Amino acid sequence: MDVVINHQPGAPLLTRTLTRAGMWSGVLSRGKTLRLTDLEGGANVGLLLYHADVPSERYNLPDTLKGQHIFYLRHPYCLHSDMGRVLASITADTVGWHDTVCGCSDAKLVAAKYGEKNYQAARNDWHRNARDCFLIELAKWGLGPRDLVPNLNLFSKVVADEAGRLIYVPGNSQAGDHLSLRFELDTLVVLNTCQHPLDPDPRFHPREVRLEVFRTPPPGTDDACRRSRPENERAFRNTEDYRALRD
Amino acid sequence: MTTSTLDPGRAAYRHVIPAGDPWTHEIKRGQILRIVDVEGNQAADTLFYDAHDPANRYSAADTIQRQAALYLSTGTRLISTLGDELLTIVADTCGRHDTLGGACSRESNTMRYAFDKESMHACRDSFICGVHAWRPDLGKRDIGPNINFFMNVPVTPDGRLTFADGVSAPGFYVELRAERDVVCVISNCPQLNNPCNAYNPTPIAVLVWDA
Repeated sequence: MDVVINHQPGAPLLTRTLTRAGMWSGVLSRGKTLRLTDLEGGANVGLLLYHADVPSERYNLPDTLKGQHIFYLRHPYCLHSDMGRVLASITADTVGWHDTVCGCSDAKLVAAKYGEKNYQAARNDWHRNARDCFLIELAKWGLGPRDLVPNLNLFSKVVADEAGRLIYVPGNSQAGDHLSLRFELDTLVVLNTCQHPLDPDPRFHPREVRLEVFRTPPPGTDDACRRSRPENERAFRNTEDYRALRD
Repeated sequence: MTTSTLDPGRAAYRHVIPAGDPWTHEIKRGQILRIVDVEGNQAADTLFYDAHDPANRYSAADTIQRQAALYLSTGTRLISTLGDELLTIVADTCGRHDTLGGACSRESNTMRYAFDKESMHACRDSFICGVHAWRPDLGKRDIGPNINFFMNVPVTPDGRLTFADGVSAPGFYVELRAERDVVCVISNCPQLNNPCNAYNPTPIAVLVWDA
Protein backbone atom coordinates (compact mmCIF):
# COMPACT_ATOMS: atom_id res chain seq x y z
CA MET A 1 0.00 0.00 0.00
CA ASP A 2 1.25 3.47 -0.84
CA VAL A 3 1.00 5.79 2.12
CA VAL A 4 1.66 9.40 1.31
CA ILE A 5 1.18 12.12 3.86
CA ASN A 6 0.48 15.43 2.21
CA HIS A 7 2.33 18.48 3.42
CA GLN A 8 -0.38 21.04 4.01
CA PRO A 9 0.30 24.41 2.44
CA GLY A 10 -1.48 26.95 4.60
CA ALA A 11 -4.83 27.03 6.31
CA PRO A 12 -7.80 25.42 4.58
CA LEU A 13 -10.03 27.71 2.50
CA LEU A 14 -13.01 25.69 3.69
CA THR A 15 -13.61 23.11 6.42
CA ARG A 16 -16.86 21.16 6.75
CA THR A 17 -17.81 18.12 8.74
CA LEU A 18 -20.43 15.97 7.05
CA THR A 19 -22.71 14.21 9.52
CA ARG A 20 -25.50 11.65 9.08
CA ALA A 21 -26.03 10.88 5.38
CA GLY A 22 -24.30 14.14 4.53
CA MET A 23 -24.04 15.62 1.06
CA TRP A 24 -22.06 18.44 -0.50
CA SER A 25 -21.30 19.97 -3.88
CA GLY A 26 -19.05 22.77 -5.06
CA VAL A 27 -16.79 23.92 -7.86
CA LEU A 28 -13.07 23.61 -7.16
CA SER A 29 -10.82 25.45 -9.57
CA ARG A 30 -7.63 24.03 -11.01
CA GLY A 31 -4.88 23.93 -8.38
CA LYS A 32 -7.18 23.41 -5.40
CA THR A 33 -6.92 20.24 -3.31
CA LEU A 34 -9.81 18.55 -1.54
CA ARG A 35 -8.83 16.50 1.50
CA LEU A 36 -11.39 14.05 2.87
CA THR A 37 -10.82 12.48 6.29
CA ASP A 38 -12.67 9.48 7.74
CA LEU A 39 -13.33 10.66 11.30
CA GLU A 40 -14.74 7.42 12.75
CA GLY A 41 -13.40 4.58 10.61
CA GLY A 42 -15.46 2.68 8.05
CA ALA A 43 -16.53 5.77 6.08
CA ASN A 44 -17.73 5.73 2.48
CA VAL A 45 -17.82 8.79 0.24
CA GLY A 46 -19.73 8.51 -3.03
CA LEU A 47 -18.09 10.91 -5.49
CA LEU A 48 -18.91 12.24 -8.96
CA LEU A 49 -16.91 14.86 -10.88
CA TYR A 50 -17.96 17.10 -13.79
CA HIS A 51 -15.91 19.59 -15.78
CA ALA A 52 -17.29 22.94 -14.62
CA ASP A 53 -16.96 24.49 -18.12
CA VAL A 54 -18.92 21.75 -19.91
CA PRO A 55 -20.51 19.30 -17.46
CA SER A 56 -21.17 16.65 -20.11
CA GLU A 57 -17.44 16.02 -19.67
CA ARG A 58 -17.34 14.00 -16.46
CA TYR A 59 -15.47 11.41 -14.44
CA ASN A 60 -15.37 8.30 -16.60
CA LEU A 61 -15.02 4.89 -14.97
CA PRO A 62 -13.87 2.90 -18.05
CA ASP A 63 -11.25 5.40 -19.20
CA THR A 64 -9.93 5.74 -15.64
CA LEU A 65 -9.55 1.96 -15.35
CA LYS A 66 -8.29 1.32 -18.91
CA GLY A 67 -5.82 4.18 -18.82
CA GLN A 68 -4.20 2.86 -15.66
CA HIS A 69 -4.79 -0.91 -16.03
CA ILE A 70 -6.37 -1.03 -12.59
CA PHE A 71 -9.75 -1.80 -11.05
CA TYR A 72 -9.53 0.44 -7.96
CA LEU A 73 -7.89 3.76 -7.17
CA ARG A 74 -5.09 4.95 -4.88
CA HIS A 75 -2.14 7.34 -4.97
CA PRO A 76 -0.62 8.09 -7.53
CA TYR A 77 -3.51 7.38 -9.90
CA CYS A 78 -5.74 9.94 -11.57
CA LEU A 79 -9.44 10.42 -12.22
CA HIS A 80 -9.93 10.69 -15.97
CA SER A 81 -12.75 12.36 -17.85
CA ASP A 82 -14.36 10.94 -21.00
CA MET A 83 -12.38 13.46 -23.11
CA GLY A 84 -8.87 12.06 -22.63
CA ARG A 85 -8.14 14.56 -19.83
CA VAL A 86 -7.46 14.41 -16.08
CA LEU A 87 -10.01 15.98 -13.75
CA ALA A 88 -8.17 15.17 -10.51
CA SER A 89 -5.08 13.41 -9.19
CA ILE A 90 -4.81 11.42 -5.96
CA THR A 91 -1.85 13.24 -4.42
CA ALA A 92 -2.10 11.69 -0.95
CA ASP A 93 -3.79 8.57 0.36
CA THR A 94 -3.45 6.66 3.63
CA VAL A 95 -6.12 4.12 2.61
CA GLY A 96 -4.69 2.46 -0.52
CA TRP A 97 -7.89 1.11 -2.10
CA HIS A 98 -10.98 3.00 -3.26
CA ASP A 99 -13.85 1.18 -5.01
CA THR A 100 -14.76 2.24 -8.54
CA VAL A 101 -17.45 -0.19 -9.72
CA CYS A 102 -20.27 -0.70 -7.21
CA GLY A 103 -22.26 2.50 -7.75
CA CYS A 104 -24.62 3.93 -5.16
CA SER A 105 -27.48 2.82 -2.92
CA ASP A 106 -31.06 3.70 -3.81
CA ALA A 107 -34.28 3.96 -1.78
CA LYS A 108 -35.22 0.31 -2.35
CA LEU A 109 -31.85 -1.00 -1.23
CA VAL A 110 -31.81 1.19 1.89
CA ALA A 111 -35.36 0.15 2.85
CA ALA A 112 -34.58 -3.54 2.31
CA LYS A 113 -31.35 -3.40 4.26
CA TYR A 114 -32.03 -1.02 7.12
CA GLY A 115 -35.81 -0.78 7.22
CA GLU A 116 -37.99 2.24 6.59
CA LYS A 117 -37.29 5.31 8.70
CA ASN A 118 -39.02 8.40 7.40
CA TYR A 119 -38.63 12.04 8.32
CA GLN A 120 -42.02 12.10 10.07
CA ALA A 121 -40.87 9.48 12.58
CA ALA A 122 -37.14 10.07 12.83
CA ARG A 123 -36.67 13.72 11.85
CA ASN A 124 -33.08 14.17 10.69
CA ASP A 125 -32.05 10.64 11.59
CA TRP A 126 -34.20 9.38 8.69
CA HIS A 127 -32.78 6.92 6.21
CA ARG A 128 -31.49 8.54 3.05
CA ASN A 129 -29.87 6.93 0.03
CA ALA A 130 -26.94 7.84 -2.17
CA ARG A 131 -28.76 8.14 -5.52
CA ASP A 132 -31.24 10.66 -4.13
CA CYS A 133 -28.36 12.58 -2.50
CA PHE A 134 -26.56 12.74 -5.87
CA LEU A 135 -29.73 13.88 -7.65
CA ILE A 136 -30.45 16.56 -5.04
CA GLU A 137 -26.98 18.08 -5.31
CA LEU A 138 -26.84 17.70 -9.13
CA ALA A 139 -30.11 19.61 -9.41
CA LYS A 140 -28.49 22.65 -7.79
CA TRP A 141 -26.17 22.91 -10.79
CA GLY A 142 -28.81 22.34 -13.45
CA LEU A 143 -27.97 18.64 -13.77
CA GLY A 144 -30.12 15.55 -13.28
CA PRO A 145 -30.64 11.86 -14.07
CA ARG A 146 -28.98 12.23 -17.50
CA ASP A 147 -25.79 13.04 -15.64
CA LEU A 148 -25.77 9.95 -13.40
CA VAL A 149 -22.74 7.79 -14.20
CA PRO A 150 -20.88 5.19 -12.09
CA ASN A 151 -19.51 6.97 -9.02
CA LEU A 152 -16.45 6.35 -6.91
CA ASN A 153 -16.82 4.93 -3.41
CA LEU A 154 -13.87 6.45 -1.58
CA PHE A 155 -12.56 4.62 1.52
CA SER A 156 -14.31 1.36 0.52
CA LYS A 157 -12.69 -1.82 -0.77
CA VAL A 158 -14.34 -4.47 -2.92
CA VAL A 159 -12.30 -7.25 -4.54
CA ALA A 160 -13.22 -9.65 -7.34
CA ASP A 161 -12.45 -13.37 -7.45
CA GLU A 162 -11.47 -15.23 -10.64
CA ALA A 163 -15.13 -15.61 -11.61
CA GLY A 164 -15.76 -11.89 -11.12
CA ARG A 165 -17.79 -12.28 -7.91
CA LEU A 166 -17.43 -9.23 -5.68
CA ILE A 167 -16.43 -9.39 -2.03
CA TYR A 168 -16.74 -6.36 0.27
CA VAL A 169 -13.70 -6.02 2.54
CA PRO A 170 -14.59 -4.51 5.93
CA GLY A 171 -12.15 -2.39 7.93
CA ASN A 172 -10.49 -0.85 4.88
CA SER A 173 -10.42 2.65 6.39
CA GLN A 174 -9.61 3.62 9.98
CA ALA A 175 -10.41 6.79 11.93
CA GLY A 176 -8.02 9.48 10.70
CA ASP A 177 -7.41 7.95 7.27
CA HIS A 178 -7.52 10.54 4.53
CA LEU A 179 -7.31 11.13 0.81
CA SER A 180 -6.31 14.23 -1.15
CA LEU A 181 -7.58 15.07 -4.65
CA ARG A 182 -5.80 17.83 -6.56
CA PHE A 183 -7.91 19.27 -9.36
CA GLU A 184 -6.36 19.67 -12.81
CA LEU A 185 -9.43 21.33 -14.40
CA ASP A 186 -12.16 23.49 -12.84
CA THR A 187 -14.39 20.73 -11.48
CA LEU A 188 -17.86 20.39 -10.02
CA VAL A 189 -17.54 17.97 -7.09
CA VAL A 190 -20.70 16.15 -5.94
CA LEU A 191 -20.43 13.82 -2.96
CA ASN A 192 -22.28 12.16 -0.09
CA THR A 193 -21.41 9.96 2.88
CA CYS A 194 -24.05 7.23 2.42
CA GLN A 195 -22.84 3.71 3.15
CA HIS A 196 -21.38 1.52 0.42
CA PRO A 197 -24.13 -0.49 -1.32
CA LEU A 198 -22.42 -3.81 -0.56
CA ASP A 199 -21.51 -2.95 3.07
CA PRO A 200 -23.01 -5.86 5.06
CA ASP A 201 -23.31 -3.79 8.28
CA PRO A 202 -27.02 -4.15 9.20
CA ARG A 203 -27.08 -0.73 10.91
CA PHE A 204 -27.81 2.48 9.04
CA HIS A 205 -24.61 4.15 10.08
CA PRO A 206 -23.00 6.75 7.77
CA ARG A 207 -19.71 7.87 9.32
CA GLU A 208 -18.61 11.45 9.87
CA VAL A 209 -16.27 12.78 7.22
CA ARG A 210 -14.26 16.02 7.30
CA LEU A 211 -13.88 17.95 4.10
CA GLU A 212 -11.13 20.56 3.67
CA VAL A 213 -10.10 22.60 0.63
CA PHE A 214 -6.55 23.93 0.21
CA ARG A 215 -4.77 26.00 -2.38
CA THR A 216 -1.89 23.90 -3.72
CA PRO A 217 0.94 24.47 -6.22
CA PRO A 218 0.48 23.21 -9.80
CA PRO A 219 2.04 19.86 -10.64
CA GLY A 220 5.61 20.00 -11.95
CA THR A 221 6.95 17.84 -14.77
CA ASP A 222 8.22 15.37 -12.13
CA ASP A 223 4.79 15.07 -10.46
CA ALA A 224 4.22 11.52 -9.19
CA CYS A 225 0.64 11.32 -10.53
CA ARG A 226 1.59 12.70 -13.93
CA ARG A 227 4.53 10.32 -14.23
CA SER A 228 2.76 7.25 -12.86
CA ARG A 229 1.90 6.00 -16.37
CA PRO A 230 2.54 7.15 -19.95
CA GLU A 231 -1.26 7.33 -20.36
CA ASN A 232 -1.40 9.85 -17.50
CA GLU A 233 1.43 11.86 -19.03
CA ARG A 234 -0.58 12.14 -22.28
CA ALA A 235 -3.82 12.93 -20.39
CA PHE A 236 -2.00 15.75 -18.56
CA ARG A 237 -0.83 17.11 -21.93
CA ASN A 238 -4.40 16.97 -23.27
CA THR A 239 -5.52 18.84 -20.13
CA GLU A 240 -2.83 21.50 -20.59
CA ASP A 241 -3.77 21.91 -24.26
CA TYR A 242 -7.37 22.61 -23.20
CA ARG A 243 -6.21 25.15 -20.64
CA ALA A 244 -3.81 26.84 -23.08
CA LEU A 245 -6.70 27.56 -25.47
CA ARG A 246 -9.11 28.54 -22.72
CA ASP A 247 -7.00 30.67 -20.36
CA MET B 1 -23.19 -21.26 -21.28
CA THR B 2 -26.82 -21.47 -22.39
CA THR B 3 -28.03 -22.17 -25.91
CA SER B 4 -31.31 -20.95 -27.39
CA THR B 5 -34.13 -22.88 -29.01
CA LEU B 6 -35.28 -19.95 -31.14
CA ASP B 7 -35.35 -20.53 -34.89
CA PRO B 8 -33.54 -17.80 -36.88
CA GLY B 9 -35.96 -18.56 -39.73
CA ARG B 10 -38.81 -17.24 -37.57
CA ALA B 11 -37.14 -14.00 -36.48
CA ALA B 12 -39.27 -10.88 -37.05
CA TYR B 13 -36.22 -8.76 -37.83
CA ARG B 14 -32.68 -9.46 -38.93
CA HIS B 15 -29.81 -7.17 -39.83
CA VAL B 16 -26.04 -7.29 -40.27
CA ILE B 17 -24.12 -4.36 -38.77
CA PRO B 18 -20.98 -3.82 -40.88
CA ALA B 19 -17.67 -3.41 -39.04
CA GLY B 20 -17.37 0.08 -37.54
CA ASP B 21 -21.02 1.11 -38.03
CA PRO B 22 -23.72 2.11 -35.53
CA TRP B 23 -27.17 0.49 -35.29
CA THR B 24 -30.27 1.79 -33.51
CA HIS B 25 -33.45 -0.24 -32.98
CA GLU B 26 -36.39 -0.38 -30.59
CA ILE B 27 -37.00 -3.70 -28.82
CA LYS B 28 -40.52 -4.02 -27.44
CA ARG B 29 -41.23 -5.53 -24.03
CA GLY B 30 -41.14 -9.33 -24.33
CA GLN B 31 -39.21 -9.38 -27.60
CA ILE B 32 -35.91 -11.27 -27.72
CA LEU B 33 -32.79 -9.67 -29.17
CA ARG B 34 -29.97 -11.93 -30.34
CA ILE B 35 -26.53 -10.44 -31.04
CA VAL B 36 -24.22 -12.71 -33.05
CA ASP B 37 -20.43 -12.48 -33.26
CA VAL B 38 -20.42 -13.59 -36.91
CA GLU B 39 -16.69 -14.09 -37.48
CA GLY B 40 -15.49 -14.20 -33.85
CA ASN B 41 -13.63 -11.87 -31.45
CA GLN B 42 -15.61 -8.78 -32.39
CA ALA B 43 -16.64 -6.36 -29.63
CA ALA B 44 -20.27 -5.19 -29.84
CA ASP B 45 -20.33 -1.98 -27.78
CA THR B 46 -23.95 -1.73 -26.64
CA LEU B 47 -26.19 0.83 -24.91
CA PHE B 48 -29.81 0.42 -23.83
CA TYR B 49 -32.36 3.12 -23.01
CA ASP B 50 -35.88 3.02 -21.63
CA ALA B 51 -37.73 3.80 -24.89
CA HIS B 52 -40.04 6.22 -23.05
CA ASP B 53 -37.37 7.97 -20.94
CA PRO B 54 -33.84 8.24 -22.35
CA ALA B 55 -32.52 9.49 -18.97
CA ASN B 56 -33.32 6.00 -17.64
CA ARG B 57 -30.51 4.15 -19.38
CA TYR B 58 -28.27 1.13 -18.90
CA SER B 59 -26.03 1.49 -15.85
CA ALA B 60 -22.90 -0.62 -15.56
CA ALA B 61 -22.54 0.16 -11.84
CA ASP B 62 -26.14 -0.72 -10.94
CA THR B 63 -25.91 -3.94 -12.96
CA ILE B 64 -22.65 -4.94 -11.25
CA GLN B 65 -23.99 -3.98 -7.81
CA ARG B 66 -27.30 -5.86 -8.20
CA GLN B 67 -25.57 -9.15 -9.09
CA ALA B 68 -22.42 -8.49 -6.98
CA ALA B 69 -20.36 -9.67 -9.95
CA LEU B 70 -18.36 -8.05 -12.73
CA TYR B 71 -19.09 -10.15 -15.81
CA LEU B 72 -22.38 -10.53 -17.65
CA SER B 73 -23.86 -13.87 -18.71
CA THR B 74 -27.11 -15.87 -18.67
CA GLY B 75 -29.34 -14.65 -15.86
CA THR B 76 -27.81 -11.20 -15.59
CA ARG B 77 -30.46 -8.50 -15.31
CA LEU B 78 -29.41 -5.25 -16.95
CA ILE B 79 -30.28 -2.44 -14.55
CA SER B 80 -30.87 1.22 -15.42
CA THR B 81 -29.55 4.40 -13.80
CA LEU B 82 -32.90 4.72 -12.00
CA GLY B 83 -32.87 1.11 -10.76
CA ASP B 84 -35.22 -0.54 -13.26
CA GLU B 85 -34.72 -3.87 -15.06
CA LEU B 86 -34.26 -3.13 -18.76
CA LEU B 87 -33.45 -6.60 -20.11
CA THR B 88 -32.40 -10.07 -18.93
CA ILE B 89 -29.76 -12.23 -20.60
CA VAL B 90 -31.59 -15.46 -21.42
CA ALA B 91 -29.03 -17.30 -23.57
CA ASP B 92 -25.29 -16.98 -24.03
CA THR B 93 -22.87 -19.28 -25.87
CA CYS B 94 -19.86 -17.07 -25.07
CA GLY B 95 -20.08 -17.24 -21.28
CA ARG B 96 -18.69 -13.87 -20.28
CA HIS B 97 -19.17 -10.28 -21.41
CA ASP B 98 -17.50 -7.09 -20.19
CA THR B 99 -19.05 -3.91 -18.82
CA LEU B 100 -15.96 -2.24 -17.30
CA GLY B 101 -14.02 -1.44 -20.47
CA GLY B 102 -16.42 1.13 -21.88
CA ALA B 103 -16.13 2.41 -25.42
CA CYS B 104 -13.19 3.79 -27.32
CA SER B 105 -13.25 7.44 -28.28
CA ARG B 106 -10.91 9.52 -30.44
CA GLU B 107 -10.02 11.45 -27.28
CA SER B 108 -9.30 8.41 -25.10
CA ASN B 109 -7.27 6.86 -27.93
CA THR B 110 -4.82 9.78 -27.60
CA MET B 111 -4.54 9.08 -23.87
CA ARG B 112 -4.28 5.30 -24.20
CA TYR B 113 -2.08 4.90 -27.28
CA ALA B 114 -0.58 8.00 -28.91
CA PHE B 115 -1.59 11.49 -30.03
CA ASP B 116 -1.45 10.47 -33.70
CA LYS B 117 -4.29 7.93 -33.18
CA GLU B 118 -6.79 10.79 -32.90
CA SER B 119 -8.01 10.48 -36.47
CA MET B 120 -8.97 6.82 -36.14
CA HIS B 121 -12.68 5.93 -36.11
CA ALA B 122 -13.97 5.20 -32.61
CA CYS B 123 -17.09 3.90 -30.86
CA ARG B 124 -18.11 7.16 -29.18
CA ASP B 125 -18.59 8.85 -32.56
CA SER B 126 -20.75 5.91 -33.66
CA PHE B 127 -22.74 6.14 -30.40
CA ILE B 128 -23.38 9.86 -31.01
CA CYS B 129 -24.67 9.05 -34.51
CA GLY B 130 -26.62 6.10 -33.08
CA VAL B 131 -28.49 8.14 -30.45
CA HIS B 132 -29.10 10.93 -32.98
CA ALA B 133 -30.76 8.37 -35.25
CA TRP B 134 -33.28 7.84 -32.44
CA ARG B 135 -33.61 11.39 -31.13
CA PRO B 136 -31.61 14.40 -32.34
CA ASP B 137 -32.05 16.10 -28.94
CA LEU B 138 -29.82 13.49 -27.28
CA GLY B 139 -26.03 13.63 -27.30
CA LYS B 140 -22.81 12.80 -25.54
CA ARG B 141 -24.41 13.60 -22.18
CA ASP B 142 -26.75 10.63 -22.69
CA ILE B 143 -23.97 8.14 -23.35
CA GLY B 144 -22.85 6.27 -20.24
CA PRO B 145 -20.53 3.30 -19.80
CA ASN B 146 -21.71 0.49 -22.10
CA ILE B 147 -21.63 -3.28 -22.38
CA ASN B 148 -18.98 -4.91 -24.54
CA PHE B 149 -20.55 -8.13 -25.71
CA PHE B 150 -17.96 -10.78 -26.65
CA MET B 151 -15.12 -8.85 -25.00
CA ASN B 152 -12.92 -10.25 -22.23
CA VAL B 153 -11.55 -7.80 -19.64
CA PRO B 154 -10.46 -9.89 -16.67
CA VAL B 155 -9.82 -8.33 -13.25
CA THR B 156 -7.30 -10.10 -11.03
CA PRO B 157 -7.88 -10.59 -7.28
CA ASP B 158 -5.14 -7.98 -6.61
CA GLY B 159 -7.09 -5.44 -8.68
CA ARG B 160 -5.27 -5.39 -12.02
CA LEU B 161 -7.29 -4.95 -15.20
CA THR B 162 -6.19 -6.52 -18.48
CA PHE B 163 -7.51 -6.74 -22.02
CA ALA B 164 -7.32 -10.40 -22.88
CA ASP B 165 -7.83 -12.12 -26.17
CA GLY B 166 -10.92 -14.01 -27.10
CA VAL B 167 -13.44 -15.97 -25.18
CA SER B 168 -15.59 -15.59 -28.28
CA ALA B 169 -15.54 -17.44 -31.59
CA PRO B 170 -17.40 -17.41 -34.93
CA GLY B 171 -21.16 -17.78 -34.42
CA PHE B 172 -21.19 -17.19 -30.66
CA TYR B 173 -24.26 -15.26 -29.57
CA VAL B 174 -26.04 -13.69 -26.63
CA GLU B 175 -29.82 -13.30 -26.26
CA LEU B 176 -31.69 -10.74 -24.20
CA ARG B 177 -35.36 -10.47 -23.29
CA ALA B 178 -36.67 -6.91 -23.04
CA GLU B 179 -38.41 -6.34 -19.67
CA ARG B 180 -39.79 -3.02 -20.92
CA ASP B 181 -39.71 -1.17 -24.26
CA VAL B 182 -36.05 -0.33 -24.83
CA VAL B 183 -33.96 1.30 -27.52
CA CYS B 184 -30.71 -0.49 -28.30
CA VAL B 185 -27.74 1.38 -29.78
CA ILE B 186 -24.78 -0.71 -30.91
CA SER B 187 -21.41 0.52 -32.09
CA ASN B 188 -19.75 -2.31 -33.95
CA CYS B 189 -16.30 -1.45 -32.63
CA PRO B 190 -13.70 -0.12 -35.12
CA GLN B 191 -10.77 -0.22 -32.66
CA LEU B 192 -7.47 -1.33 -34.26
CA ASN B 193 -5.12 -0.55 -31.39
CA ASN B 194 -5.81 -3.51 -29.10
CA PRO B 195 -6.88 -7.16 -29.41
CA CYS B 196 -10.59 -6.53 -28.67
CA ASN B 197 -11.42 -7.12 -32.36
CA ALA B 198 -8.44 -9.36 -33.11
CA TYR B 199 -7.05 -6.34 -35.07
CA ASN B 200 -9.63 -6.95 -37.79
CA PRO B 201 -13.15 -5.57 -37.14
CA THR B 202 -15.86 -7.82 -38.61
CA PRO B 203 -19.69 -7.77 -38.90
CA ILE B 204 -22.16 -8.33 -36.07
CA ALA B 205 -25.62 -9.79 -36.79
CA VAL B 206 -28.77 -8.85 -34.86
CA LEU B 207 -32.07 -10.75 -34.83
CA VAL B 208 -35.32 -9.95 -33.01
CA TRP B 209 -38.11 -12.41 -32.20
CA ASP B 210 -41.61 -11.35 -31.18
CA ALA B 211 -42.88 -12.33 -27.74
